[in-house]
Amino acid sequence: MEIPYTIEERPDTGLINSKIGIWLFLASEVMLFGGLFSAYVFLRLGAPDGAFHEWGQVLNVPLATLNTLLLISSSVTMVMSWASLKMNNFKQHKIYMALTLLCATGFLVIKYFEYSAKFHHGLFPATNTFLAIYFTLTGLHVLHIIGGMIVIGYFLGPGSRMWATEPEHFINRIETVGLYWHFVDLVWIFLFPVLYLL
Amino acid sequence: MEPCKVTHNSETHHNEPFIRKYIFSVDHKIIGLQYGITSLLFLFFGFCLILIMRWQLAYPEEPVPIVGSLLGGGGILLPEIYNSLGAMHGTIMIFLGVVPLAVGAFGNYFIPLQIGAPDMAFPKLNMASYWSYFIGGVIMVGSFFTPDGPARSGWTSYPPLADIEVGQTIWLIGMVFLITSSLLGSINVITTIIQLRAPGLTWMRLPFFIWSQFVTAFLLLLAFPPLEAAAVLQLMDRLVGTSFFLPSGLIISGEQLAVSGGGSPLLWQHLFWFLAHPEVYVLILPAMGIVGEVIANNTRKPLWGYKSMVYGVVFLGFMSFIVWAHHMFITGMGTAMSSFFQTTTMIISIPSIIILSAMFISLWGGSIRFNTPMLFALAFLPMFGIGGLTGLPLGLAAADIHLHDTYYVIGHFHYVVAPGTIFALFAGIYYWFPKMTGRKMSELLGKLHFWPSLIFMNGIFMPMFIQGLAGVSRRLWDGGLEYAHASGVLQWNEFMSVSAWLLGLAQIPFIINVIYSIKNGEKVGRNPWESTTLEWVAPSPPLPHVNFEKIPQVYHSPYEYSVPDREKDFTPQNEPIKE
Repeated sequence: MEIPYTIEERPDTGLINSKIGIWLFLASEVMLFGGLFSAYVFLRLGAPDGAFHEWGQVLNVPLATLNTLLLISSSVTMVMSWASLKMNNFKQHKIYMALTLLCATGFLVIKYFEYSAKFHHGLFPATNTFLAIYFTLTGLHVLHIIGGMIVIGYFLGPGSRMWATEPEHFINRIETVGLYWHFVDLVWIFLFPVLYLL
Repeated sequence: MEPCKVTHNSETHHNEPFIRKYIFSVDHKIIGLQYGITSLLFLFFGFCLILIMRWQLAYPEEPVPIVGSLLGGGGILLPEIYNSLGAMHGTIMIFLGVVPLAVGAFGNYFIPLQIGAPDMAFPKLNMASYWSYFIGGVIMVGSFFTPDGPARSGWTSYPPLADIEVGQTIWLIGMVFLITSSLLGSINVITTIIQLRAPGLTWMRLPFFIWSQFVTAFLLLLAFPPLEAAAVLQLMDRLVGTSFFLPSGLIISGEQLAVSGGGSPLLWQHLFWFLAHPEVYVLILPAMGIVGEVIANNTRKPLWGYKSMVYGVVFLGFMSFIVWAHHMFITGMGTAMSSFFQTTTMIISIPSIIILSAMFISLWGGSIRFNTPMLFALAFLPMFGIGGLTGLPLGLAAADIHLHDTYYVIGHFHYVVAPGTIFALFAGIYYWFPKMTGRKMSELLGKLHFWPSLIFMNGIFMPMFIQGLAGVSRRLWDGGLEYAHASGVLQWNEFMSVSAWLLGLAQIPFIINVIYSIKNGEKVGRNPWESTTLEWVAPSPPLPHVNFEKIPQVYHSPYEYSVPDREKDFTPQNEPIKE
């Protein structure tokens, strides 16, 4: 059985199924992180004056800036990998996908050093409410990064065989992965100023 | 889709191995049935829990008969087990019973059929959604067999209690699976309705059931993630020792709790009710959708005010996101907040009343067929009406201060969900059973199921208003025995409990009916109710994986019943109108 509109667009909506699906998924993700950001606001307002700012001083801004640059670059390479497919250049696509994966790995390595430095200094989620929400938000974000890396890795490896048989379908899939990846980057763009700079 | 291709497909799928066809199926009909059977079993299980609790309320501290030996404590229902049963009754009925039945079963089975689609847009996600629900259910039921027992902090899991009470961690993990399931399901429902409508099926030609499921899916999609966020925070509190919901200086059993503090129990309540108020509409909207279908079909008239019902249901969905804090009037959140939320609460009652009024007016002048599905649908109207109207005093802060946390609240929301939604779901089962099996259910057994159910439902919940107005708290293990203000209304406890047990007995004809009718019911064709919507165009049961021999073309609005000067009193949506 074939489900209609998996590859060609439905004329009256102008969309394929997977694109609606991923946008709906991202909408729910917005609500998930929205809930946690509201929790941040709620806790910050409830804390003594200036306490959140003071607790936030322990974070490492230069490392986080480097991480921001890494993630922005990974977004660019993700778009380039999709564009390469559109221009029928499969080899270039693979290079950009690998670069995306590399940037994401770099992000995780830096995050690992950040976390372990905190633990080393006796700073844990239970220490205060700022660190609690910091670890929860960044931890959940890291889980999203790992999820994205698994999917990108799949399309770099076994998933890429689809290019030979159903190129249109494959391009759609890469676009969908890209939308998710940009969202994960966007979450970090919000996390960085809120947690590190405010 | 070519007819010849279809035949080929259905033949190959007949040869699917059993496990692929019935267990890990990607066919929306099989998944719908899986959801239906599982959720009916959970409904029964959750109902049994309350039957045990009602014994303790009617005859405090007397040993429970039959199941007493399982409870420990010499057969007496101990307070901590009473709390567990209460928390699990709420959780199971809502998250494992009613929502999966209304959305997972009816939505899955009938959305593709009513919009003329071969399946849901994402069949594999559909399967993942069911199995995620199943795992969540196994975890919840499994918690009864852990050393600490299941959660005890109510289905609302308010901290600080939920942060420190045993059994809660496993509840939270179970909830994460259930939330994932509803996320996958709602993405699927919305995409299916947007993308897979049959040619000619424009938005204003959609059956009302589809509209109600569409709005419901948006509520599930957008309201559940904040609860997931809250569940993550509560898990952090319990496992890592954070203080998201624990204020500074909390003293438990005379000792200060060793946490950093600085958190707020109110934060949980906000996040929780941001989900749980839309959840109320998740419970009621599919029910309204089913009742709309049954009423139009059995009055042989179009739904009165179809467009205003559609706009009403969309507005209702939107408003349900900004009324949540009416559950929190007595938390001390301030009068400005209370004023805002009681205003929005009064506004949200308007679309509900529009929909209910439209359905009442639809009855006007119809030659009504009083078959079993119609009886349940008709009973839904006043029952939901009582539930809705008794909600108004709860939506006003001044009245709510007296009524909050009393049996009045229990009476109110059970009128909405039990004789309301569950009656509508029964109507749906009786109405669509011929489509699922090719056979009708017995009318006699159906009526034996309906009339006692109607009487005993009211016998359970009507006295709750009396007790609640007298100020009896809903959380008392002994049903109010120790309180002077309850003494005048205590006699109702036994009456309500006996009604509850009799309601249990009244479900026996239903169980017999379902089992008997699958093999021995009256055989019927494609369209036994002479209905107009597309699911009746497909064979009964619809073809595996493809539903229709040929995707139908739609020519007109969904409820063309009794149109003057036509040969018959119904014109299916796929029949062109001959002028």
